[in-house]
Amino acid sequence: MKIGIVCPYSWDVPGGVQFHIRDLAEHLIRLGHEVSVLAPADDETPLPPYVVSAGRAVPVSYNGSVARLSFGFLSAARVRRWLHDGTFDVVHIHEPASPSLGLLTCWAAQGPIVATFHTSNPRSRAMIAAYPILQPALEKISARIAVSEYARRTLVEHLGGDAVVIPNGVDVDFFARAEPKKEWQGETLGFIGRIDEPRKGLPVLMRALPKILTERPGARLLVAGRGDEEEAVASLPAAMRSRVEFLGMVSDEDKARLLRSVDVYVAPNTGGESFGIILVEALSAGAPVLASDLDAFAQVLDQGAAGELFANEDADALADAAIALLGDATRRSELSTRGSAHVRRFDWSTVGADILAVYETVTDGAASVDTDERPLGLRARLGL
Amino acid sequence: MTETLIWTVVALILIGVYLSWTAGRLDRLHMRIDAARAALDAQLLRRASVTQELATSGVLDPAASIVLYEAAHAARQAEEDHREVAESELSQALRAVFGEPEQVELVRQAPGGEEAAGELAAAVRRVPMARRFHNDAVRAARALRRHRKVRWFRLAGHAPFPLAFEMDDEPPVALADRPA
Repeated sequence: MKIGIVCPYSWDVPGGVQFHIRDLAEHLIRLGHEVSVLAPADDETPLPPYVVSAGRAVPVSYNGSVARLSFGFLSAARVRRWLHDGTFDVVHIHEPASPSLGLLTCWAAQGPIVATFHTSNPRSRAMIAAYPILQPALEKISARIAVSEYARRTLVEHLGGDAVVIPNGVDVDFFARAEPKKEWQGETLGFIGRIDEPRKGLPVLMRALPKILTERPGARLLVAGRGDEEEAVASLPAAMRSRVEFLGMVSDEDKARLLRSVDVYVAPNTGGESFGIILVEALSAGAPVLASDLDAFAQVLDQGAAGELFANEDADALADAAIALLGDATRRSELSTRGSAHVRRFDWSTVGADILAVYETVTDGAASVDTDERPLGLRARLGL
Repeated sequence: MTETLIWTVVALILIGVYLSWTAGRLDRLHMRIDAARAALDAQLLRRASVTQELATSGVLDPAASIVLYEAAHAARQAEEDHREVAESELSQALRAVFGEPEQVELVRQAPGGEEAAGELAAAVRRVPMARRFHNDAVRAARALRRHRKVRWFRLAGHAPFPLAFEMDDEPPVALADRPA
C-alpha cells in the first residue's frame, strides 16, 4: 500500500506526535508498505529517507505551548506537489485541526483521508471562530482516529461526528529488554519530561519531595529532560538539592535503561495530556508507575489497576503514595507484573494492525488520493 | 446607476460561486457516504461469510453451528429495511457462541482454525469501525443539508436524505480482546 503521512510539527524538534509518526512510518515500512512522510523541517536538518521536507516551520504559540508550524503559499504548493507526485492509496493526517500542514493537506487533497487527533484541548474561542473554515476541510476526512477515549470525547464535543479509538504505539520489547544501570538503582524515583514546562508537573513533585525525603532519607530523584536545572530545585531546602540528579536530555537507549532502573516512575503532569505515551513506556520497562489522575492517564493505567494514581496537583497525596510504594517491594513487583501484561495492547504489532485495518476500510473500493481539482471543475460547470 | 448595477452583478456572481462551492462540498460528502457504505457492506458480508464457514466446518458443536448458520444466512439474505436487525442478530449470536475464551480456543486448535479465528476476529473488529466511519459521513452530510442555503436553493438535488446505519455491533469479548 502507498501511504502518505502528514506531520504538522517541525521534524527538528522532538515531540510526542513526531515520535509517533516516526515509529508508525518505520513499522509500516518493515511490513513492506511504501511510506512517505511530509513534515516541516529546516533545510540543513538530516532527514530519514522517507521524510519529505515541507519547508521551514515558524514558532507560534498554540494550544498552551510554543509549536513550530508551517503554513503559507510555499507550504501549500509543496503539499500539492507531494500529493500529486505521491499517488498515495491513503493519506494519514495527524492533528488536522492545527493550523499547519494537516489543514493544508485537507484543503488540497481528495480521496481516502485518515486523520488522527492527538490533543484534546478545551474548546477555545479560536476554535469556535475557525469552525466555519475548519468544517469544509475536516468533512473530507473519511476516517477519524482518536488516541484515547478522552480525546474522542472532546473531538465529538468540539467538532461533532465520531472516531475510532486507537492508542499510540510503543515498541514494548525495546523497553522490556533494556539493561538496568547500577548507579540509577536503589530507592530511586524517576521523572522524564521538560523541566521548564509546568504542565509536565515537576513543580508538584518538587513540593512533595521534602516530605518524601524526610520519610525515606535514602531516596533519590532522577530527572531526565531539558530546562533550567537551578531554577527547578530553587524551592528545595539546600540540604536536599543533592538528592536530585539531572541527567539532561537522554538518548532513547538511556531512557529505556532509566525506566528499567528506577523503583517508581512518577508522572505528576497537571494537564494538557491526551494520551501519556511516557506511562506506556514506563509500563513496558516494568517500572511501577505513580501518576496524577488525569482522564488520559487513568485510562492508560486501566483506572489504577496497572499503576497508582494520586489526586492531580496534590503534592501531599503524591508524597504519601510515593513513600508507601518505596517501602513496599511486594506492591511494586505486583504493579510491575500487572503493568507488563496490560501494556501489550499498546505494542506496535497490535496498534499497527489496527491502523492498517482503518486504511483498508477506507480504501476498499475507493480511488487513490490526488490533489483536489475542483476549482477546474467549477470553471467547467460554469461553462468557461 | 451603472455603479449600482456593477455591484449587484458582482454580488450575484459571488453568491453563485459560493453556492456552487457548497454544492461541490455536498456532492463530495455524498460520494464519501457511498464509499463508506460500500466499505461497511463489504465488512458485514465478510463477517457473515466467515461465520457461515465456521458454522459448516464441523468444529463447533451442532447447536452452536445451527445458531451461527441461521444468523449468518439471515444477515446475508436480509432485505434492505430488515438489514440492521438481521446484522444485530448475527452480532448477538456471535456473542452467545464466542462468549467464552474456551470456545475460541477450541476453534484455534482445529486444523486451519487459527486462520479462521483470526479472520473472524478481524471481521468483528472492522464492522464497528466501518459503521462509525459511515455514520460520521452521514452526520456531516445531514448537518450541511439542514442548512438554509442548501434547502432554499435545493443544492442537494434529488439525492435521498442520508440515513445512519444503526445496529448492535458489539464484538464477542473473547475474540475482540487484545493480547493480555
